Amino acid sequence: MSLIRKIHPRWIVLLASLGASLMAHAQPADPYPSTYRPAVTAPVLIRGGTLLTGTGTRLANTDVLIEGGLIAAIGTNLVAPAGATVVDARGRTVTPGIIDIHSHLGVYPSPAVSSMQDGNEATAPVTANVWAEHSIWPNDPGFQTALEGGVTSLEILPGSANLIGGRGVVLKNVPSITYQGMKFPGAPHGLKMACGENPKRVYGSHNQAPSTRMGNVAGYRAQWIEAKDYLRDWTDYEAKLSAGGKEAKDLKAPKRDLRLDTLAGALKGEIPVQMHCYRADEMATMIDMSKEFGFRIATFHHATEAYKIANRLAENGICAAMWADWWGFKMESFDGIQENISLVDAAPNGCAIVHSDSEEGIQRLNQEAAKAMARGQAAGLDIPPERAMRWISLNPARALGIGDRTGSIEVGKMADIVIWNMEPFSSYALTEQVYVDGVLQFDRSHPADTPRSDFLLGQPALRGDLP
Amino acid sequence: MKSIFGAGAALAFSLAASAGSTLYQHGRIATGTGPVLDDASVLIVDGRIRGIGREISAPAGAEVIDLHGRWVTPALFGGIGSMGVVEVSAERTTNDGGLNLGNVRPEFDPALAFNPDSLPIQIARVEGVGFALLAPEPGTHASGGNVIDGLADVVTLDGNAPRGPSALVVEMGREGASLAGDNRAASFLLLSDAFEEARHPPRAGEPRRLTDAGRATLQQVLSGRMPVLFKVDRAADIRAVLRFSSQQKLRAIIAGGAEAWRVGKDLAAAHVPVVIDPLEALPADFDRIATTLENAARLEHAGVTVAFSLRSNAPHEARKLRQAAGNAVAHGMSWEKAFCAITQVPAAAFGAAPLGTLTVGEKAHLVVWSGDPLNVTSLVEAQWLDGEPQRLTSRQTALRDRYLDKLRRGEAR
Repeated sequence: MSLIRKIHPRWIVLLASLGASLMAHAQPADPYPSTYRPAVTAPVLIRGGTLLTGTGTRLANTDVLIEGGLIAAIGTNLVAPAGATVVDARGRTVTPGIIDIHSHLGVYPSPAVSSMQDGNEATAPVTANVWAEHSIWPNDPGFQTALEGGVTSLEILPGSANLIGGRGVVLKNVPSITYQGMKFPGAPHGLKMACGENPKRVYGSHNQAPSTRMGNVAGYRAQWIEAKDYLRDWTDYEAKLSAGGKEAKDLKAPKRDLRLDTLAGALKGEIPVQMHCYRADEMATMIDMSKEFGFRIATFHHATEAYKIANRLAENGICAAMWADWWGFKMESFDGIQENISLVDAAPNGCAIVHSDSEEGIQRLNQEAAKAMARGQAAGLDIPPERAMRWISLNPARALGIGDRTGSIEVGKMADIVIWNMEPFSSYALTEQVYVDGVLQFDRSHPADTPRSDFLLGQPALRGDLP
Repeated sequence: MKSIFGAGAALAFSLAASAGSTLYQHGRIATGTGPVLDDASVLIVDGRIRGIGREISAPAGAEVIDLHGRWVTPALFGGIGSMGVVEVSAERTTNDGGLNLGNVRPEFDPALAFNPDSLPIQIARVEGVGFALLAPEPGTHASGGNVIDGLADVVTLDGNAPRGPSALVVEMGREGASLAGDNRAASFLLLSDAFEEARHPPRAGEPRRLTDAGRATLQQVLSGRMPVLFKVDRAADIRAVLRFSSQQKLRAIIAGGAEAWRVGKDLAAAHVPVVIDPLEALPADFDRIATTLENAARLEHAGVTVAFSLRSNAPHEARKLRQAAGNAVAHGMSWEKAFCAITQVPAAAFGAAPLGTLTVGEKAHLVVWSGDPLNVTSLVEAQWLDGEPQRLTSRQTALRDRYLDKLRRGEAR
């Protein structure tokens, strides 16, 4: 018996192709397209686990059937199709794959050598023309350790040196020689922007604008004014072109500009804005600015003061992506509290996300969520694990524009699934199996003989049994 | 729709009084010196621990608190770093963590910058942290940094002043190289020179690098009265430090130790303790290629004495160290050794015993936890430091309460 039916698999394909066609406008469809195609594998029946579905629901003693890379059925006493692998998950917890909305894996890889510090194009305060994917080193061993922590999708962002840092990219956490082989098919890019201390410090220290917070805001606004003109020129051009006739024949296309392509994409709603911003007052300024120019902020990242404006964020449909306990490393993080995540969640329609921004944190986002959950509970908030699970699955998926395809255990979604040895909200919880699109990418009982990263190949042994 | 807001948080216990007697009973007691005691009691009289065990009865007039299986532990170690000398890491005016004097000053003691009112102390204290090792951060070569960082001090989070230096801190490996002409071998050269000058003080008119006080500090190290904390990660560098320490007759402690598991036998044979960050899993640089989450477990298996510290020196992160210990357990270390790695072992290694233990006759430095202290979901429910019960409030709980109240009214905007 199937308990949950939401999106038919066919819809997923349709939605994906729709997403791709929307990209055609001033700019061609993604010129660096995803080449990721999940391997075709036998069906998998995960039998009898406790499901935290990612939607806020807990289902005890429930089966999940994976077929064709998608979640085909959820229920009790499901029948294994012919040739299916049956996994006994009794006593285990089954969750959607974890999604990290803020990572610099690949662009600030391990080892952190000077020749691979490729995350900040800190040569001008606005570099909307750069794409993080062009900096990604797929051999970063951090992808593997993140996978072992249950991360199946992640957004790689440019750093925060710049007011507008460039485009981020959403990846599936799968082995590949190229980043195109990891690229989440059809996922929109993200636009990385940064408030506050970083841009004004980086450029102010070179005696260049911006050197103040007001300089920051003037810098963004000038860009949006240009981007609106650019978008209007292209809209006019395309309207005349499609009207046809003699005028269309003689039309000259506006000059293409990579920087303005990206900003126009944000104005059209095709590129969700992912904005690094710590302080409550600055987030409020950014919300006003988004209304001034007509773009949508998907998520405030870091947002150590999001709890102060939890209602305002929820009313504006903006998520906050936060750490569980970081504070005090710089002035704008001085008011960070451990209840931040749970307070953002507690606002009606609040959207709380736990992010890492760290090659260490991404390995244990379940524990970061656990810390936040425990603090929320101690503050009197009713946050059971199934609710906290949303912070690291469906909420980031939605903020990335992939929430219709992954981020929860629902029929028709991608089979991005983790089996844990216990409920994941514990220091002691470990992943046992991690599936991406139905393919078993990590199995703790059968660790790979060789590391996934070429960099670690032939280096001193990292794994294996205790000597 | 059901409201997420429940009844406000209620403190599990009333605040015990420092004068008089308090009996915590029916708890799980981890003393740091032996096995965890189930269904046991701790008796505190006038701020001192007067009994630990099953058969403790309450003196007349004692406040008796039933723990219902909650945990009692010593106050925890907060790691090696800038506890008490930093408010906001990136604000230079609030950060006395480093030193760029431009000459070699082994006698430099950061304790004189220690501020017991520092906010990171206030915030770590309500999270069960009771002591830390205050160690200077390396300077830079350009501004006169040296492989000898200076002295480190055990600091307590109870408002008291530091107790005097407990180790000399030295940078080796890649960091040492950056302070020694860009060659890690020269770190040993600079160190040898300094020790030589301490052994044979220059006569009048002879060249000298050290002050009288600097030579006196190094003489304390050479006499074995004070250990040297070598910050080093690469297996080959650790071996070189062990050889150097043996030649110079130094008491070595290794900090960093990302590849220490590869030289576990040597470390155990030399009785050299190792302080590692058990959350490290990646080859963060070429000194740490063989980093593994099993470092702690493999060192335990080799018989090495292990303590934990996060790699970060930020006192803001001290409260996270118990999570790191829990992860060491998840990756194969015994619970008991992981617990001692954030209690008894660092206290003993840095000469601060009986801190890090629950010891009858000593002042209470203890924490009552809602559950296993190495689990991230367990929280502090009561804390005693230096025989005084502590209020579990901080600037951060004040911020929480202010905005939780606004949020309940829908006014967090």
